Amino acid sequence: MCSCYYSSVWLHVNTGECNLASKHVPLQYLITLHWFETLFLCVFQRMPAPIRLRELIRTIRTARTQAEEREMIQKECAAIRSSFREEDNTYRCRNVAKLLYMHMLGYPAHFGQLECLKLIASQKFTDKRIGYLGAMLLLDERQDVHLLMTNCIKNDLNHSTQYVQGLALCTLGCMGSSEMCRDLAGEVEKLLKTSNSYLRKKAALCAVHVIRKVPELMEMFLPATKNLLSEKNHGVLHTSVVLLTEMCERSPDMLLHFRKLVPQLVRILKNLIMSGYSPEHDVSGISDPFLQVRILRLLRILGRSDDDSSEAMNDILAQVATNTETSKNVGNAILYETVLTIMDIKSESGLRVLAINILGRFLLNNDKNIRYVALTSLLKTVQTDHNAVQRHRSTIVDCLKDLDVSIKRRAMELSFALVNGNNIRGMMKELLYFLDSCDPEFKADCASGVFLAAEKYAPSKRWHIDTIMRVLTTAGSYVRDDSVPNLIQLITNSVEMHAYTVQRLYKALLDDISQQPLVQVSSWCIGEYGDLLVSGQCEEEEPIQVTEDEVLDVLEGLLVSNLSTPVTRGYSLTAIMKLSTRFSSVNRIKKVVSIYSSSIDVELQQRAVEYNALFKKYDHMRPALLERMPIMEKTASNGPTEIMQTNGETEPSVPDTKHLPLVTQPANQANDLLDLLGGNDVVPVIQTTLPTKPASAGGELLDLLGDLSLSGGLAPAPSVPVSQPPFLLDGLSSQPLFNDTSAAIPPMTAYSKNGLKIEFTFERANPNPNIAVITIHATNTTEADMTEFVFQAAVPKTFQLQLLSPSSNIVPALNQGSVTQVIRVLNPQKQQLRMRVKLTYTHKGSPVQDLAEVNNFPPQSWQ
Amino acid sequence: ITFLTLNFLSSPAIQIRFILIQNRAGKTRLAKWYMQFDDDEKQKLIEEVHAVVTVRDAKHTNFVEVRLYACLSCLQFRNFKIIYRRYAGLYFCICVDVTDNNLAYLEGIHNFVEVLNEYFHNVCELDLVFNFYKVYTVVDEMFLAGEIRETSQTKVLKQLLMLQSLE
Repeated sequence: MCSCYYSSVWLHVNTGECNLASKHVPLQYLITLHWFETLFLCVFQRMPAPIRLRELIRTIRTARTQAEEREMIQKECAAIRSSFREEDNTYRCRNVAKLLYMHMLGYPAHFGQLECLKLIASQKFTDKRIGYLGAMLLLDERQDVHLLMTNCIKNDLNHSTQYVQGLALCTLGCMGSSEMCRDLAGEVEKLLKTSNSYLRKKAALCAVHVIRKVPELMEMFLPATKNLLSEKNHGVLHTSVVLLTEMCERSPDMLLHFRKLVPQLVRILKNLIMSGYSPEHDVSGISDPFLQVRILRLLRILGRSDDDSSEAMNDILAQVATNTETSKNVGNAILYETVLTIMDIKSESGLRVLAINILGRFLLNNDKNIRYVALTSLLKTVQTDHNAVQRHRSTIVDCLKDLDVSIKRRAMELSFALVNGNNIRGMMKELLYFLDSCDPEFKADCASGVFLAAEKYAPSKRWHIDTIMRVLTTAGSYVRDDSVPNLIQLITNSVEMHAYTVQRLYKALLDDISQQPLVQVSSWCIGEYGDLLVSGQCEEEEPIQVTEDEVLDVLEGLLVSNLSTPVTRGYSLTAIMKLSTRFSSVNRIKKVVSIYSSSIDVELQQRAVEYNALFKKYDHMRPALLERMPIMEKTASNGPTEIMQTNGETEPSVPDTKHLPLVTQPANQANDLLDLLGGNDVVPVIQTTLPTKPASAGGELLDLLGDLSLSGGLAPAPSVPVSQPPFLLDGLSSQPLFNDTSAAIPPMTAYSKNGLKIEFTFERANPNPNIAVITIHATNTTEADMTEFVFQAAVPKTFQLQLLSPSSNIVPALNQGSVTQVIRVLNPQKQQLRMRVKLTYTHKGSPVQDLAEVNNFPPQSWQ
Repeated sequence: ITFLTLNFLSSPAIQIRFILIQNRAGKTRLAKWYMQFDDDEKQKLIEEVHAVVTVRDAKHTNFVEVRLYACLSCLQFRNFKIIYRRYAGLYFCICVDVTDNNLAYLEGIHNFVEVLNEYFHNVCELDLVFNFYKVYTVVDEMFLAGEIRETSQTKVLKQLLMLQSLE
């Protein structure tokens, strides 16, 4: 298209040439003409008259493909560039306009920046207009051309035509940098004081921009604000209110200063709602809603935490709240702003109820937008005005059925906020129904919400367990990992519900083995309460008839199922093992366990090998080890969300570890950690090759089993020289092999998980060989810093531990540094070092807490 | 909620961050920025807005919350919302703070569209395409520094006609 256009221009030039040549003129003239002609040709050969903007847009619109469009634009850009090079004044405006169009389509156009400045400097209004438009679109704050720009704007701010001044103000308000604002603030201030309302409006908003860029210039505009509110012109009033708002929000002094304006603002607002129809500012029968909204907003800022101002605006807010026409969106916009103001200032309680009732009415509105803002605001206010919001509960619950996801989400959050002991049954029914039918994106949050609410307000244990079971069966795959141990704890503690629970879970398992959290809880319960299951002792409902073999079939089915995750398999194998003391079919269980001792899943294999050893070498300890878990102390403060299951995949024996108080107790101090070790005195266990009284040792051994699984799940990388023997029970008899204390002690990795790695290096304090000095080095391979990093350690009672202060509490990302901290351990009896460490830190905004057992200290470190 | 990984420079609170007019195909018909962006960022934002807005239909609200980087170095996220209205094949979008009054901005968009309609006598997309620079003038007459400047349609139209006569 472009080339075609060029050729037509050529044609025109050629005919022109013919005409010139055919004229009868003196030779002298002819020569001059000839010279002219050459010049003419020269110029146009390189630069024919550029096509018009309209033409260009039309041409570009004919492009059928992106490539075609790009080609056209490249061609045109080339033409424009050469035109710019020629310093062509005639067509500069047209060229820049075209360039701006192409820029809007997403093509680079920055080579036109200087041309914009030239246009601004032109005397023609059209040029200036396109020039300023170009400046706003093409220039940004970081451009050096700003100096030139500043001069141009300065000239134009003092121009004789208000429209030129207006353009300059507009541009300054849109793209003025801090330097520009500093240089031009005086001009803006001058224009703010003119009588010309067209300019005052613009100057007021320009001042807002200046203040945003350079807050310290605020005071400069203070004198000019004096008479702003006495203005009759709505536009000026509106922009003045914006300016006052900006100043009040930025400076407490200004806020104090402008509090005296409250009566004046109230009067303006009153006139607006009382005045009759004024065609100029009417929107759907409401007088200047935009101004009303801005005034309400300024009132909100002025009344915030100030009794007198709040008092002064109480009446007018009530008036606006009751008198505003609500059939149209615009009226609701004002009401909404009124509600926000009432909520934010120190308003009377009656007014607050009025506000919440307005939101309640919003909930019934047909317009989804209005329902949305109502839910958003109710969510914000539900904590402070709980009872008032509670009155609209049924309407809120109805919004769960809304089609818009954002409305649904807010309705869900609000519903959970409204659950209490009185309405828990009804609310949960609605929310469980919602959980059934909602989109997958809601399920995880909804399930967590149900768990939390049930834990807080459950009317009975039976109800609690039923509710959780319902969640597990309907949204099992969406349930978060941490809910499994919580649920297990809940079940353990509800002693009278054991038979009922295991029966329900067994039945659920027969229906569906795809939902892993459900399967894990079920496996654990069947392992614990399998005897209750087969004996049919359930009193709560019709007992089912089930044989031991059937139960084992189901559990074995889990082991081979493709649907099972490694964690689930671990649960299942442990459950089978536990049944060996509850069922009579021990031989079948032995067989299963021995099969898995050659599993390719290392975790499962280790478990199976250990259980095998229990059958063979330590069979006399088996009953005690597999005893039913004791009731745990309730740690109600730990909501399901607080226990971080940082790496569920590698913890196959979660049910065991979960029963260690170690994991559930919210230990904050190293001392607490020590207490955790209390009773679990390591020394005798290590020194005794075989416990003499297995039955009484049950408790300790249980803990030991827990320890075992801890080291199985949490022990560091296999590359570390393992001084701890692979099997717990064999380990009891192991003896140190080294005695060389002078050799350098190799460093060890004590912890490595989720990108956090902790290495220990050792040295021995010279004067006292009983003190081991361990330096920890924490590094972080992830891309985000770990902040608030705290490392705590605890050792058995025969040791003494001193933690020196750390080098920092931030572990920098990407291994760009480390936190070091020195630990001194006094080990007078030269026993094998064992340590429990607790790590807390914040990563990507969320707190992480983890515990680990370190028992692979190199022998040199403690001998 | 969509995640836009954009470098929102830490700038003071501005009411309107940008105004966008796009058609269904994602072609920009107007883009007015009240914050500083690189061209790449602008382009990315335009695409993202198109992506989140066009998938919504009549049963959705006219608000989309988006999460944007407030500043790359401090890794601060801030929520913003896009308030949009669809007129025939055109989406009129305004990006504001989450705390702003959604309903008032909806009204603001409508006011703007009514002015366009008067000015171009039954405006259609082609009017905006061929007169894009005039549309910018309309925006500048009604908004300034990210704030609504004049709300009276009659006054805006009067000024626009004056401006036109100066050409």
